[in-house]
Amino acid sequence: MALLGDFTVRTVALGAALVGVVAGVLGTFALLREQSLLGDALSHAALPGVCIGFLLGGARQLEPILAGALASGALAALLVMLLTRATRVKTDAALGVALSLFFAVGTVLLTYVQRHEGAAQAGLDAFLFGQAAALVPRDLSVIGAVAAVVLTVVLLGWKELKVTTFDADFARSLGRPVVAIEFALTVLIAVAVVIGLQLVGVILMVALVIAPAAAARQWVTRLEGMVVLAALFGAASGVAGALASAAVRGLATGPVIVLAASGLVVIALLFAPQRGLLWHAARAQTQRRALRAHRVLVDLYRLGEAHRDPGYPSEQGMIDAYFGSSTAHVLRRLERRGLVARVAHMPEEGDHWVLTEGGRDQARELLAPFGARERRGPEEPRP
Amino acid sequence: MSDAMSRSGLHEPALALHVEDLTASYGGSAVLWDVDLNVPPGVLAAIVGPNGAGKSTLLKCVIGAVRAAAGHVYVFGRPYVRQRHRVAYVPQRTSVDWDFPTTALDVVTMGLYGRLGWLRRPGRREADEALEALAMVGMDAYADRQISQLSGGQQQRVFLARALVQDADLYLMDEPFAGVDATTERAIVELLKDLRSRGKTVVAVHHDLQTVSSYFDWLALLNVRLIAQGRVSEVYTSENLRAAYGPRVVLIAAQADGSPGEPETSAPTDAGARRTTAPPGPGGR
Repeated sequence: MALLGDFTVRTVALGAALVGVVAGVLGTFALLREQSLLGDALSHAALPGVCIGFLLGGARQLEPILAGALASGALAALLVMLLTRATRVKTDAALGVALSLFFAVGTVLLTYVQRHEGAAQAGLDAFLFGQAAALVPRDLSVIGAVAAVVLTVVLLGWKELKVTTFDADFARSLGRPVVAIEFALTVLIAVAVVIGLQLVGVILMVALVIAPAAAARQWVTRLEGMVVLAALFGAASGVAGALASAAVRGLATGPVIVLAASGLVVIALLFAPQRGLLWHAARAQTQRRALRAHRVLVDLYRLGEAHRDPGYPSEQGMIDAYFGSSTAHVLRRLERRGLVARVAHMPEEGDHWVLTEGGRDQARELLAPFGARERRGPEEPRP
Repeated sequence: MSDAMSRSGLHEPALALHVEDLTASYGGSAVLWDVDLNVPPGVLAAIVGPNGAGKSTLLKCVIGAVRAAAGHVYVFGRPYVRQRHRVAYVPQRTSVDWDFPTTALDVVTMGLYGRLGWLRRPGRREADEALEALAMVGMDAYADRQISQLSGGQQQRVFLARALVQDADLYLMDEPFAGVDATTERAIVELLKDLRSRGKTVVAVHHDLQTVSSYFDWLALLNVRLIAQGRVSEVYTSENLRAAYGPRVVLIAAQADGSPGEPETSAPTDAGARRTTAPPGPGGR
């Protein structure tokens, strides 16, 4: 934490945190609208704008570069919209076309600029992967202003964003300008991408939009919670990246931020209640155990019935054979729950088991739903 | 319908829903062609037709979600945009992502967003109203349930509750019976009849020819063009149904009540005709 005392590190950490908050909040809506790829297209499409902004504004001017990035991102979004509306091209294909077209143009421009303008010192290629250390306090105020605008818009338009994201046709029936709301959301995502470019770069910026939201989705049950958690995840990833790259020389901030965010996704996918893989595995395991225990209880009960002796001591080997595999561990668990008891019936034959009073009750309970059918059985001719 | 043009500036005020010359297309081919639809107030109206007949599109044109190429829509004598507060729209259940992170109560509360306007937040009063609407569809116990954990029938009830809370005069429902269990189907029918008894009008896209006469009293047969409309007893004829579904459809619904004087529905109409109904399935667009 001593690192935060360093002015540069503090600037980068604060900038990364703000970008993370903005990306997390907007990413939530992009994710729920199934438009994750839109962020990808927008960020890749920013590259030609970055180069053109540099050509027009010169090396040290950040504003024309960011304006160019925003403009070419918006142009790409427009292209996607035109392609999907005017032709039969589906959204994913349109996004792919726009992304690769703009990125190709951007790469051509980038190599041209670097050859001819001697722009290596301008650090244009930093926009590919980001160069957080280049962040200066003036950038912070830009990022801060954008964050304030985004949060205000989301707070004020909360109901509208929610209903449009969940059910656009219904929102339209209420008279909400759905197209305008969707357009505004797209513009905001483009802005979020642009302010993150310096930090994370055009190639990885989409991860900062999608990963915090994807991780947050796993933990929450409400949209409110998802937005807040995604913002926190985004901020935490940003700070983690800034600190890690400050602590270890040669670690690039942007990629570390993305790694941190991706780590949160992995954790969420594994451990989140209800939705996590481990949660599912644990539940499946519990169910398998319960099923085995029930079967053994019922088997013991039926063996007792067959011998007209509820306390009939069943031999372990017999239960195994009846069950189809070893039941030793199942019986031990049942013993711990007080449903079966070990008896020394014929010690030379190995363990024998009987149902306890509680075990018999539970077995009867398990059989109850089937009892009715069995009673009715004899009246019907058996096939 | 009476030609009650422009008393006090209203256009066909005697009709709950008046659609005139409506034409709509997706990328070139017409989905709706010159449709004139008139629904009087206080009826349960079914829009019936084969897949791809434009039934859902018709409703979406009414609410403005699909822009019509031509034609206009009037609700209780005024354009839809001025009557939004009197209309409740229930989209197809499968048109939304039920994995959206929210609760049943929250979805129903969305029905009040129109009344709340842009900036006001739903509060205690809105929550109470939404809960009441959930109770009307027998779902109040599920108010705080994640919508992803609801069954198809329960999801449909949540959608209906969201329409109920809007307290509209005209309800537009897109396949309210699609993919619901028998219990929910009965509950929805009861709900529709209750709405009618309170003077409300319901226009529902429907798929099941066999239940049309028992559930609805008004029928519009649609296959891109409007084939016929009017009282079910008058419109539900084998001739009209063949016009909508094609010549190979033979009805088994002759026993359906409400269609007296239609004995020919059970007679085979072409050689080797099988007794079939129109193929059920997910709705068109």
